[in-house]
Amino acid sequence: MGEITIHHYLYLSAILFFIGVYGVLFRRNLIVMFMSIELMLNAVNLSFITFARYSSSMDGHVIAFFVMALAAGEAGVGLAILVMVFRNRATVQADDLTLMRD
Amino acid sequence: MAVAFYILAFFSVLGGVLMVTRRNPLSGAFALVLSLVSLAGLFAGLAAEFVFILQVLVYAGAIMVLIIFTIMLLNLNPNEMYEAPVGRFHTVVLVALCAVGLAAFIQVFSQLPSAVTAIGPDFGSIEGVGEFMLTRYLYPFELVSALLLVAIVGVVLLAKKVI
Repeated sequence: MGEITIHHYLYLSAILFFIGVYGVLFRRNLIVMFMSIELMLNAVNLSFITFARYSSSMDGHVIAFFVMALAAGEAGVGLAILVMVFRNRATVQADDLTLMRD
Repeated sequence: MAVAFYILAFFSVLGGVLMVTRRNPLSGAFALVLSLVSLAGLFAGLAAEFVFILQVLVYAGAIMVLIIFTIMLLNLNPNEMYEAPVGRFHTVVLVALCAVGLAAFIQVFSQLPSAVTAIGPDFGSIEGVGEFMLTRYLYPFELVSALLLVAIVGVVLLAKKVI
């Protein structure tokens, strides 16, 4: 286990991002898809913080804060939509919601 | 330092993998909490004290509590959790290509600084980031407050039964 370089953090960020991509593309449960988006946002935050540390500039921290504020708003609106969908259609499976497609 | 990184990285990846593979969304939500807390530890290791506190308070705290409460309120029965398997071969190929491309990009990107540079005691602290945020990023900061206000109004309108 040698020195931890910037590449370790970037690879970890990429792995977490692609776990999130997998969740969005291959799961059909709206709640799991939603949580996968949160994981992707966090993976990007890790990249921002890593670049901030390795370039000794605090811009990345501020951008990570903005991403978190955005995620909080997104979580509120997304879960409200989810509750409305479940109230009207009694399902949380994305494959059952094809009204706009058919 | 290196050992701490590997432990935290392992738990963050483990939480993510468990989150996308569990059928029950509630187990997935708790796995995601594990991942988010490990990421908070990584932020602390990168001298990002302010973001570390926000990660624990906002993400692992507020957002995850909101998600878990919603899952519990929906009260899904087990056959609601059944998912038809989705396996589209071209999607797998496309995602794999993107992953390989990103890895190659990280590897080839030779301009990256390889070693950490010295930082002052104010770096990443609440005072440091706060001052930076309210001077240089003042207008984006105000825009975020407007965005959150719009989100609050939208949620109230969506959740109302009769408008």
